[in-house]
Amino acid sequence: MKRVKRRYLALLMECSTPVNARELSNAIWDAITRLYGEYGASQTGLKILDFNEKKQEGIIRVSLVALQQVRASLSSITKIAGKESAVHVISISGTVKSLRTKALSNV
Amino acid sequence: MKRVFADLHLCVNTRNQKEAQNLILKAAALGYNLIGVPFAPDTPETEILNLRKICMDAKVDFACRVDLVPRTRNHLIRLLGKLRRRFEVICVICENKEVARQAAKDRRVDLLGFPSLDYKSRFFDWGEAELASGGAASLEVDMKPLLLLEGPARVRLLSCLRREISIALSFRVPIVVSSGVGTELLLRKPRELAAFVSVLGFNETEALDAVSTNPKAIVTRNQQKLGNDFVAPGIRVIKEGGDC
Repeated sequence: MKRVKRRYLALLMECSTPVNARELSNAIWDAITRLYGEYGASQTGLKILDFNEKKQEGIIRVSLVALQQVRASLSSITKIAGKESAVHVISISGTVKSLRTKALSNV
Repeated sequence: MKRVFADLHLCVNTRNQKEAQNLILKAAALGYNLIGVPFAPDTPETEILNLRKICMDAKVDFACRVDLVPRTRNHLIRLLGKLRRRFEVICVICENKEVARQAAKDRRVDLLGFPSLDYKSRFFDWGEAELASGGAASLEVDMKPLLLLEGPARVRLLSCLRREISIALSFRVPIVVSSGVGTELLLRKPRELAAFVSVLGFNETEALDAVSTNPKAIVTRNQQKLGNDFVAPGIRVIKEGGDC
C-alpha cells in the first residue's frame, strides 16, 4: 500500500475571546463538512496535533490530496463557538520540525 | 517572478481615519500589495488623497474605484463620460440586461458586477461573455457573500457563480476575485482566497491569477492611460519643448 503523503499547517486564530482546541476542531470539521460533505471530510485525514491557547496558534495535519480543500474550508470559517473569528494559515510544510522553524521565522 | 496580490474591493470606511488605517495595515500584513477602495462619484479629492497617503505609509499601492449602478444604457454612457478620467477602476453593477450588455461592450468599463442575492438579476450568459471578451471588462466575484451566507442561499450562489465562471473561462474573460469586506475579521490572505475560490471551478493557477495578475493588469493599464504622458496605447510623450 502506498504511503500517504501529508502536509502540516501552522494556523493563527483571530478571535474576540480565546478559543480552545476542542472548539477549533469542531469549527474546522464543521466547515469542511458544510463545503465538501461527509465524503469530502473523510478524505482530508485531518488531525489537530498541537494548540497553544495563550498564543492562539495551532498545528494541523492533512493529507496532501485534500490540502486545497482544507485551506478553502479554513478560510470559510467566520465563527468559532459562536464568536466572530478568522483562521489564517501561517505556513505549510512537509514535516513538523521544518514547520515550527518556518512559523517562528514568519512571526 | 513574485506575484503581486491585489484586492480591488476593500470597503474602507473613509470617514473614520483610524478605522481606515487599521484595515489597510491589516491588508498589508496579510500580503496584499495593491488595494482598490470604492468611493462615491461625488467624493471630494481631499478624501481620496488622504487615503492614498495612508496606503503609501503602509507601503501598499492604492487604486481609487467607483461602483456605478446605472438604470439604463444611456445613463451608463453619461456616467462613464463624466467619471472615467477621475477613477482608476470602474465597476458597473448590472441590474438589468440592457445595462449588462452595454457595460460588457464598452471599453471604458473595467469590472462587471452582479447583485449577489438576487439570482434573477444575474445576467452573465454566453452573449455577455462574448461581448466582454471583445472589450476590456473583467468579471468580478466578491467573496463576502460566500463567507457570510449559509445553507441553501450559499448553495444557490455557488451554483450561479460556478456557471458564470465556467462561461467566463470558456470565452477567456478575465476574472477578478475581491474580498468586498469592510472589517478586519473577514479579511483573508490572498492565497487563502485563491484556495477558497477553487470551489467555483478554478484550477490553482487560474485562482492565483484572479487575485494577482488580472486585477494588477487592470490598474496598471488605467494608471498609464490616466497619466499625463499618455497619448494612445503604445504611444507616450517622452519629451516636450522647443529642442525635441
